[in-house]
Amino acid sequence: MTEKKQTFDRYEIRLSGSGGQGLVLGGVILAEALGVYEGKNVTQTQSYGPEARGGASRSDVVVSDGEIYYPKATELDLLLCLTQESCDQYYPSLKEGGLLVVDSDKVRQVPSPKAFSLPFIRIAREKVGTPVVANVVSISAVAGITGICSKDSILKAVLARAPRGTEEKNRLACELGYEMGAAAERGVHV
Amino acid sequence: MEQQSNITHKYLRPKKKFPNVWCPGCGIGIAMGAMIRAIDGLGLQKDDVAIVSGIGCTARIPVYLDFNTLHTTHGRPIAFATGVKLANPKLKVIVVSGDGDLLAIGGNHFIHAARRNMDITVILVNNYIYGMTGGQYSPTTPVTKLASTAPYGMIEQSFDPAALAKASGATFVARGTVYHATQLSRLMAQAIERPGFSLVEVISNCHTQYGRMNREGSAVKMILWQKEHAVPATVASKMTPEQLEGKFVIGVLHEAQKPGYVEEYQKIIDRFRAADEEKLGEVVVSG
Amino acid sequence: MSETVKLYKSNQPLLMQGNEACGWGALAAGCRFFAGYPITPSTEIAELLARNLPRVGGYFIQMEDEIASIAAIIGASVAGSKSMTATSGPGYSLMQENLGYAYMAEVPIVVVNVQRGGPSTGLPTKVSQADTMQAKWGTHGDYYPIVLAPSSVKECFDMTIKAFNMAEQYRVPVTVLTDEVLGHMREIVILPEPSAVKVLNRPRPVDPPEWYKHFEITPDYLSPMASFGEGYRFHLTGLTHDESGFPTAKPNEIKAKLDKLKLKITRHREQITEIRSDMMEDAHIMVFAYGSTARAARQAIRMARKKRFKVGMVQPYTIWPFPDDKIAPLLENVDTVVVPELNQGQIIGEIERLSRRHVKVVPLQRYDGELITPSQIVDVIKEEHA
Repeated sequence: MTEKKQTFDRYEIRLSGSGGQGLVLGGVILAEALGVYEGKNVTQTQSYGPEARGGASRSDVVVSDGEIYYPKATELDLLLCLTQESCDQYYPSLKEGGLLVVDSDKVRQVPSPKAFSLPFIRIAREKVGTPVVANVVSISAVAGITGICSKDSILKAVLARAPRGTEEKNRLACELGYEMGAAAERGVHV
Repeated sequence: MEQQSNITHKYLRPKKKFPNVWCPGCGIGIAMGAMIRAIDGLGLQKDDVAIVSGIGCTARIPVYLDFNTLHTTHGRPIAFATGVKLANPKLKVIVVSGDGDLLAIGGNHFIHAARRNMDITVILVNNYIYGMTGGQYSPTTPVTKLASTAPYGMIEQSFDPAALAKASGATFVARGTVYHATQLSRLMAQAIERPGFSLVEVISNCHTQYGRMNREGSAVKMILWQKEHAVPATVASKMTPEQLEGKFVIGVLHEAQKPGYVEEYQKIIDRFRAADEEKLGEVVVSG
Repeated sequence: MSETVKLYKSNQPLLMQGNEACGWGALAAGCRFFAGYPITPSTEIAELLARNLPRVGGYFIQMEDEIASIAAIIGASVAGSKSMTATSGPGYSLMQENLGYAYMAEVPIVVVNVQRGGPSTGLPTKVSQADTMQAKWGTHGDYYPIVLAPSSVKECFDMTIKAFNMAEQYRVPVTVLTDEVLGHMREIVILPEPSAVKVLNRPRPVDPPEWYKHFEITPDYLSPMASFGEGYRFHLTGLTHDESGFPTAKPNEIKAKLDKLKLKITRHREQITEIRSDMMEDAHIMVFAYGSTARAARQAIRMARKKRFKVGMVQPYTIWPFPDDKIAPLLENVDTVVVPELNQGQIIGEIERLSRRHVKVVPLQRYDGELITPSQIVDVIKEEHA
């Protein structure tokens, strides 16, 4: 497929789910792909409770070609949900025309018919062999769906953060996610 | 005697106006003299010694002494001393303060410095009372004794500073008295010389507050009480608990051979110094 | 510093947290001692310095509490190391007595307070600006603090360096007042090489030890500072003292000491204070905001300008001393000042004091743990414009 080069005044992404799904790190990797490897301005913020596992978790990435003043996401251009609870909670923050991306197994009641419903966690478990990389699968899919950053950039960012010895699993997760996202995007718009 | 006071004068601040703040007969002056002779005996340079104190009668010692001197806030001298030592490990850092300062408000710093075997010497002058503020009870005031805030007698258990230090991990613990001034000086020298956390508890007299309220008499009488109730550690080891009842042990009470904090930390620094800096590369910026 | 040690990747884009930027800034400024106690949302600063101080031959220690932490950094500074601690509200409260000691004994130290909601344990993971007045009045007695307020990750780096420089120059504790959002937020930064960073060190004595006075009252009220172990053998105390450092009860010496503490800051207010003004040339309404609130304000004035409202903003980078001389002239030309802050009204008192009732001062206060949004500010601007 051809890489799309987009420019943004301000594009707001929220990755949401439950604590322990690696979404804070997912947000960091996505922000690094966009900021370090694509040369955009980004801010990445998160909201979390004191517990390290379980509980609602979200990580926001704001992208712009210009200066980013307000650092937090308020009107989402893209919302990723890996739990039903987070989908119910954050869907109202998605702006009109914004993209909803959900895990097809975890989010059974999808509030929008136009949503991208993809099996991130299942792909991670079955094709990569560990659900731990579901965050990498899903952020790579986000890149594939939106084209906000190239496959090359997201892969570089993923590998830069991959713990030693897990590079191959992360590379596979990234490629599977990106292709799944890109294919889904083509399907919807055909 | 004359020779001893000549040594002392060598380390006093000539421009600092005497007389000092202590009551006539106070044991703190003897403790200060013993400390000076210990430092002199070790041949340490004045510039290489830092004396750190908190608040209280004992904590006024540093102002009179011609060393690097730091008179800090109440209870905190050990924490200040930790910073002094780590910023300049070549300095011999000595904390000198009282039982209220080091064991009540400063108790937490005392046990933690001992636990981490910080390379400082703590000289704890124990007179069983808050002298400067007018005779309130301290963590070492014995049960039944009177204080201005224990008008019906002390009902709290008291700390044994030496046992507390040992249990917390101190690697040198000694006790002396201001009566046994020569031995006290020797114990202090041993403590200062060692790496790691060392404690010298100094049994002293506050006849103005503690002695008056508890009818224990003059300075002389209180210092003689020390002579009569102190048992050398070597002798005490051969005595039964019954025989030791009402007495206290002086001398070296505990010793352990362990590297001090500075030595342990230096090993980490050396690991980086030894590594090829280029190979070491840059640490991950963001976690 | 060991020249071969690369502290961080310089001159290239990095995604970095505000807290990490404070840590790298400290190292670039020459910080070689950190003592701290874990507390959300500041802990990343301690963790970064625990990893990196030994690489440059410096010391990191986790103390038993925040009281001990600040005591240790004061001790280390007295013995010659540039020193820092980092904390949040509850820890900052515990540090206040020894902060007072450092003001009195004129010891250069840097304290980063990553603000969270209070009072008491409050909101450990949520943002607030409610320590603004504590940073000025937190400890007892008269003293003149320097407090800096960054609003981006890059500014966290720059202002930590500036804090060290000012602490050294004026021999005073400097607080870097950030907040939970700034501390945890990641942004792209490009950091200069440490060798390209402007670093100031404490003025050193030129007199021989026998003439040296640790608190000498000089024409600019700034005294040279020797360290322990260098032959000067001075005395430091929290008691009010004379120029040599010895306790005094003489009224003239007491007054001279307290005047010195004041004048060494107020006489240099011009150099110490820094503000940034944005679109103020033709503004009728000023938004006055600092820290992460300034980020919302900067977006809000742009949104309001699109609606043709004549609005600008002023952001103080120095909160204390308050930049009176720089802000007062800007107040002359406006009718209204909107003051958004994440508390029940703290810095607004300074604007009210300066405006002397000639200008309408409008509060916008939020203290529910969330940031003020740009649209909240725009709504107030709209209302005031009508």
